Amino acid sequence: MNHNSNNNFKNHNPNIATILSIIFAGLGQLYNRRFLKGTIFILLELAFLVTLFDTINFGLWGLRTLGTIPGTDHSIRLLVFGVLALIATIILIALYVGNVMDARNQAKKIKDGWQPKGLKDTIIDFYDTAFPYLMTVPGLLLMIFVVIFPLIFSVLLAFTNYNLYNSPPRNLVDWVGFENFKELITVPIWQDTFISVLAWTIVWTVVATTLQIALGLFLALIVNDPRIRFKKLIRTILILPWAVPAFVTILIFSAMFNDDFGAINRDIIIPLLGGEGIPWLSEPFYARTAIILIQTWLGFPFIFALFTGVLQSISKDWYEAADVDGGSRFQKFRFITFPHVMFATAPLLIMQYAQNFNNFNIIYLFNEGGPPVRNQNAGGTDILISWVYKLTFETNNYAMAAVISLIMGLIISGFAFYQFRQTKSFKEEGEL
Amino acid sequence: MNQKQKSKIEVTLMYLVILITSIIIFYPLVWTVGMSLNQGTSLYSSSLIPENFSLEHYKWLFSDESDYLLWYKNSLIVSISVAAGSVIITSLVAYAFSRYQFVGKKNALYIFLLLQMFPVMMAMVALYIFLNMIGMLDTLTGLILVYLGGQIPFNAWLVKGYFDTIPRELDEAARIDGAGHLRVFWSVMLPLAKPILAVVALFNFMMPLFDFLLPSIVLSSQDNYTLAVGLFNFINDRFANNFTRFAAGSILIAVPVATVYLFLQRYLISGLTAGGTKG
Repeated sequence: MNHNSNNNFKNHNPNIATILSIIFAGLGQLYNRRFLKGTIFILLELAFLVTLFDTINFGLWGLRTLGTIPGTDHSIRLLVFGVLALIATIILIALYVGNVMDARNQAKKIKDGWQPKGLKDTIIDFYDTAFPYLMTVPGLLLMIFVVIFPLIFSVLLAFTNYNLYNSPPRNLVDWVGFENFKELITVPIWQDTFISVLAWTIVWTVVATTLQIALGLFLALIVNDPRIRFKKLIRTILILPWAVPAFVTILIFSAMFNDDFGAINRDIIIPLLGGEGIPWLSEPFYARTAIILIQTWLGFPFIFALFTGVLQSISKDWYEAADVDGGSRFQKFRFITFPHVMFATAPLLIMQYAQNFNNFNIIYLFNEGGPPVRNQNAGGTDILISWVYKLTFETNNYAMAAVISLIMGLIISGFAFYQFRQTKSFKEEGEL
Repeated sequence: MNQKQKSKIEVTLMYLVILITSIIIFYPLVWTVGMSLNQGTSLYSSSLIPENFSLEHYKWLFSDESDYLLWYKNSLIVSISVAAGSVIITSLVAYAFSRYQFVGKKNALYIFLLLQMFPVMMAMVALYIFLNMIGMLDTLTGLILVYLGGQIPFNAWLVKGYFDTIPRELDEAARIDGAGHLRVFWSVMLPLAKPILAVVALFNFMMPLFDFLLPSIVLSSQDNYTLAVGLFNFINDRFANNFTRFAAGSILIAVPVATVYLFLQRYLISGLTAGGTKG
């Protein structure tokens, strides 16, 4: 009997199972005599065809056309549905491929004489394979809705003509291809603004971050010197700016730098240097200087704390060896301390650059990106990210905001690429 | 002798640097404390050392006239929910990524790493429109959900990195004793991963508390403001006139937060270093 049935299964053909499950989910499983599983798959596909098929089809139609009847079709809603439908389609295709693979693999196993287990064991098996998916699904769903979907949506928006004057429900939004990008490069007001904002963003990122790293390193070296006493107290004081919420300190600095009544002009600059005081908020150059100084104040404590930890972990043997060789203090710093510190913290330092590149808080809270600049639609201290904010919420030029976001995204990918190569545990993962 | 003198000068210079830095650090902080104790609400007539000490601004914050307590409450609701939710969600995700092999695992890890770098800012138009469509605009729930989803990429890596350092022998032993997937997670992994989970909770408690951008996009009515948005709007229009009250409000945030930070700084730094160098 047993022998017989084994022989029967010899004729079991994986290709038939594959084709059947491509035709309709679950048929392959039925062919494999997994009746419960097959029925569930069939019911799932039927349910999908009855309920979701039209919705997804409508969504994809909306994504293609962005609506055809002005006043009735709401282009932006269609775009939202469209992106969601696109994500759903990708997930469904993945599931369908999974169904086909499942049928094929099981058919192969049956052909090789594998005996199906009982219902209870099957359920246990299913639970074992499904467990990691069950754990990740809630988090992934949330991520799809608040991170992945919005990012795709923003990218698509860059290729439309959605702005204050052309917005639903009154008008339809259309796909315009690379029109916005062309406008950004060729129309003078956009061109000027873009170039000056981009230049300032780069200067800001490099100068502010490098200053805070240099100051942090310098202070960490000083406090780590064996001749300095009260180390614990000094460290606590130096970490203080990090401990106070940044939005509070930025607003306080904004008041202190105020041209008219600010403490910096009233209590320091005018008594010491005389004159009318420095126009910190109304002159772009001074506003930029002030912002860099404030960011240095805010940012060095973290670096200081980080370096202090690394400095304490450098083995004393290195320095003793250097002493034997007659190395000078600068040489010890140059060849022992500096490489050690940089090696241990490089990814975090890169993150600091990326953070300042995206540092919206300080720019907006200090002076709302001001002062205004003639012939430009961004303020004197606006970096890319705060410019995007203004384009979105003040002038409602959504399409252009999306274009600039996209450019920012490309720049950030550069940082991300570097991070990919640095992250240790990812390399370990690669070896698995 | 010469050597000794040189060393003495150096040490003096170092103390001098520390002293100057300390003055620069304390100046704005002391100034704010001084402002908050001044009488009257005008910044023009206020001075660093107030002529008349008064606690009137602190009293005003707690009176019915101001929404300060309401903002404080909103901020705490958001922060506590995000801290608790992020620990639950990320530890589950990290457990799956650390201990199981499944289809799409490697790609998902790549995507997480890439998404870490992108600021919420880039997606704000979409978030705004989407929250509006599902009726979650101007609600704390909407804000909390966005924070919860946004923190996953970074923290999943952080916790996964830590889980990877817990020896697999431990969970295999538990398996042999008959523990199931969830049992291993609950009784083996979670207790051992307490330090990193504390770091995750702390980060996610502080982040919404300090954040200005996202709440300023999502929240529009005064009753739903968190502290950062509330205080910004409070002085934005009437800068010079409300500043002393703002100073008092700031101090009541800064003192508890700074205290917690100074106590926990070692853990914060270890958490960040783990995230940066280990994954």
